[in-house]
Amino acid sequence: MNPGDFSTVLPEALLALYAMAALMFGVYTGKDRSAPLILWATAVVFVGLALWIGTMSGSRTAFGGMYIDDAFARFAKGTVLLSAAAVLVIGQDYMSRRGLLRFEYPVLVALAVVGMMVMVSAGDLMSLYMGLELQSLALYVVASLRRDSAKSAEAGLKYFVLGALSSGLLLYGASLTYGFAGTTLFSGIVTTVKAGEMPVGLLFGLVFLLSGLAFKVSAVPFHMWTPDVYEGSPTPVTAFFATAPKVAAMALIARLAEGAFGTAPGDWGQILALLSVASMFVGAVAAIGQTDIKRLMAYSSISHMGFALMGLAAGTAGGVQAMLIYMVIYVTMNVGTFAFILSMEKGGQPVTDIASLRMYSRREPLKALALLVLMFSLAGVPPMVGFFGKFYVLMAAVNAGMSWLAILGVIASVIGAFYYLRIVYFMYFGEDREGIDAGTLRPVGWIALMGSAAVMVVGIVNLFGVEALAQAAAGALVH
Amino acid sequence: MGNLLSLVTFIPAVAAAILALFLRGSDEASARNAKWLALAATVLTFLVSLKLLFGFDPHAAGFQFVEERTWIAGLHYKMGVDGLSVLFVMLTTALMPLTIGACWTVESRVKEYMIAFLVLETLMLGTFAALDLVLFYLFFEAGLIPMFLIIGIWGGQNRIYAAFKFFLYTFLGSVLMLVAMIAMYVQAGTTDIPTLLAFKFSAGPLHLMGWQIAGGVQTLLWLAFFASFAVKMPMWPVHTWLPDAHVQAPTAGSVVLAAILLKMGGYGFLRFSLPMFPVASHLLGPLVFWMSAIAIVYTSLVALVQEDMKKLIAYSSVAHMGYVTMGLFAANQQGIDGAIFQMLSHGFVSGALFLCVGVVYDRMHTREISAYGGLVNRMPKYALVFMFFTMANVGLPGTSGFVGEFLTLMGIFQVNTWVAAVATTGVIFSASYALWLYRRVTLGALVKEALKSITDMDLREKVIFAPLVAMTLLLGVYPSLVTDITGPAVAALVQSYHTQVAEAAQAAAPTQLAQN
Repeated sequence: MNPGDFSTVLPEALLALYAMAALMFGVYTGKDRSAPLILWATAVVFVGLALWIGTMSGSRTAFGGMYIDDAFARFAKGTVLLSAAAVLVIGQDYMSRRGLLRFEYPVLVALAVVGMMVMVSAGDLMSLYMGLELQSLALYVVASLRRDSAKSAEAGLKYFVLGALSSGLLLYGASLTYGFAGTTLFSGIVTTVKAGEMPVGLLFGLVFLLSGLAFKVSAVPFHMWTPDVYEGSPTPVTAFFATAPKVAAMALIARLAEGAFGTAPGDWGQILALLSVASMFVGAVAAIGQTDIKRLMAYSSISHMGFALMGLAAGTAGGVQAMLIYMVIYVTMNVGTFAFILSMEKGGQPVTDIASLRMYSRREPLKALALLVLMFSLAGVPPMVGFFGKFYVLMAAVNAGMSWLAILGVIASVIGAFYYLRIVYFMYFGEDREGIDAGTLRPVGWIALMGSAAVMVVGIVNLFGVEALAQAAAGALVH
Repeated sequence: MGNLLSLVTFIPAVAAAILALFLRGSDEASARNAKWLALAATVLTFLVSLKLLFGFDPHAAGFQFVEERTWIAGLHYKMGVDGLSVLFVMLTTALMPLTIGACWTVESRVKEYMIAFLVLETLMLGTFAALDLVLFYLFFEAGLIPMFLIIGIWGGQNRIYAAFKFFLYTFLGSVLMLVAMIAMYVQAGTTDIPTLLAFKFSAGPLHLMGWQIAGGVQTLLWLAFFASFAVKMPMWPVHTWLPDAHVQAPTAGSVVLAAILLKMGGYGFLRFSLPMFPVASHLLGPLVFWMSAIAIVYTSLVALVQEDMKKLIAYSSVAHMGYVTMGLFAANQQGIDGAIFQMLSHGFVSGALFLCVGVVYDRMHTREISAYGGLVNRMPKYALVFMFFTMANVGLPGTSGFVGEFLTLMGIFQVNTWVAAVATTGVIFSASYALWLYRRVTLGALVKEALKSITDMDLREKVIFAPLVAMTLLLGVYPSLVTDITGPAVAALVQSYHTQVAEAAQAAAPTQLAQN
């Protein structure tokens, strides 16, 4: 072990130290009264770390290859940190006013983010698992943050039980992989895997590993927990679930597939393609009947994960780049949409029924317009940026000779368009009945909503340089 | 000016942004300001676009007013016009001020209404001027959003069903085109339309899952594009969204839909299907011919039994678009010239007919044919205008409707006489439904109590109709105004089309001999 190892993991180490310090600070200074302060400090730390990571360059490993710091990890970390910061601040007001803002919340989120950072940097099955569990344990707790609500407790419990099951699958896969490859290092596994002659045991290991990870990105058929957990958790927590952990888990799948099994893309490409098709269609079809906007967003995220997986299934550098771009766009759209969902209330009580948006455009034309832009962007209708996310993954799929996947994908996107249009329908065409209160969006939420919507329109000019960064990231991962 | 096309395209969008961001309040004054600003913007667009028309040289090969900038994902922002597209740009800029004029009577959410139309204009112009596949798709597809809102917010009773049907139907059609476009990008390595026009997509037979596909890649790509444009056009049997959308849309929405949006399908065939996949077009031409012939006869018959004025005109639009597709895929000078002419003429005539319906709808708030009768007694001027456009719709010589029908029929006659014979019966059917409609609405005695106090057209309506009448007459008596501009481009298209078809036939011949 050398000092260089520690400088490589410095961002994670600092964030972990910060989380502990914040915990101590919270415990000794009147608990929840200091919660808003801790929350904002955490967000600032996230942004600071993201900026710092952004200035790094090169590719390093630490702890004998267990930990990798390359352009891919940095891209994913930047996305995770910034989205986590955004989600923290847009939820602050909601939590404060409902007495949910305990000081543990930002601390747990910080710990979950540490886990995610380890995940995307994992170069070994051990560090993979450690990162994943750190993240998951923190998330189980925040899911049941609303202690006096049966639904929230149910969400936490459900998430925990099913999450433990998926961890079990993952561990089993890891042990099989170790047994047949003789090592847990990705760089070691990749040398034993030759295209076309993968040992059956290793193949089993790969399938179990991917199943465990598919659970984390809520890909069909491992998605059952998603709608219930999204619905039961407090909305700010739902917003968090929909963004940062998805990016981290998706990056982890990319890391595992390309890093450890990169020499046999045909083997996992098929699995991912299947997960992708199933997710796109189930996400699109099942969302049609939803009336609760949080459940709807859950199915929407399942469908979006299907598209992101399509990029990975291509198994090329272009595919990884497409997936990264897709995730950035997805996260941006979700931050804006959840900023709006957080503001939906009637007489001070939060509402999540989409019918309550009736004729919202008459009362709040500008916000309705912003949400309209986001909905069309989520549906992937040009000229919104959401279309370009789809365009990149479709191109990756066609480039890899998977035109059938692309065709199925676009058909699913038409089905999915229906429920996004339905939200527009409620806002613009519905009968003029009493709906949610106007003027409930606080400044932070307003900025998030408008910013996100503006990005969806203005971003078509050059995607703010994300394309080049994602390309560098994909280049670092795929050789 | 190096960026004239972008200027023309984005003036309406800028006006829409100004309306959205700076015009506050929802009182009468701000509604009036919104209308005037929108009108000013569309008129300005038209004036600037005139420079485009007069600066256009029909005999120069290739695209003109080209501008290009790099964009994301290896794409380019590239705009330009040639003989095939410049007149569609002009059609759009010329009709939009009239459309804005036609929505003067709208009372609810005026500002949003104007924004929707201005954004729509930008998107339509962009569609006709884009020279990059994905840029084209962007404009083509984005037009759905404002139209969805126009139908959904300001439409009639059953507007929600119509809006969803319109959106999902056309969206499904065009996503397949998107996949085809990506496949083209992968094959040719570029999305630049001029380069793609010169690129020869493989037409050798292809084996896919045990099926042999004649025309190979070209056929698959052609079918994907066909899925999109046939829905947009709309061709029988995927036309069913159109009557719903038309009936429910507000008057101005119907005008834009019939006059301009439908032309995007025809333009797409002209820009992509014919020149890029000539072998597949040749192969599948007969399919299009018969679909067109069925469309002409079937929808004319359906139009005959309609009880809703707008629905009747909508079905007649489908029939007229049948002539267009027929002429296009006849792939000769007369056919394609005629198809373009028919599209432009239909732009003016059907737009005007929907405006005619709008005039009486504004007064009576019903589109039922049986609610009218004898209008000539109270509204002589209206009866005259309505008669003029009815005749143009029928294709009376001297109006623009005749030239298009005649040329397309002449074009198809050289290729497939039977189809021409069937399609010609459509001329008779169109006379029967159009004249019968006219008789039921305007002629006879004025017996309906509600109609006794109806007023004739006011100044605004006269001003809107005047240019339409002028254009219909002008194109009818002097058609070379159009054919002079489109002619050279069409000639080049026809020539390259037949060379490529002949080459493919030659390439296929030796293998057939070997098999024998």
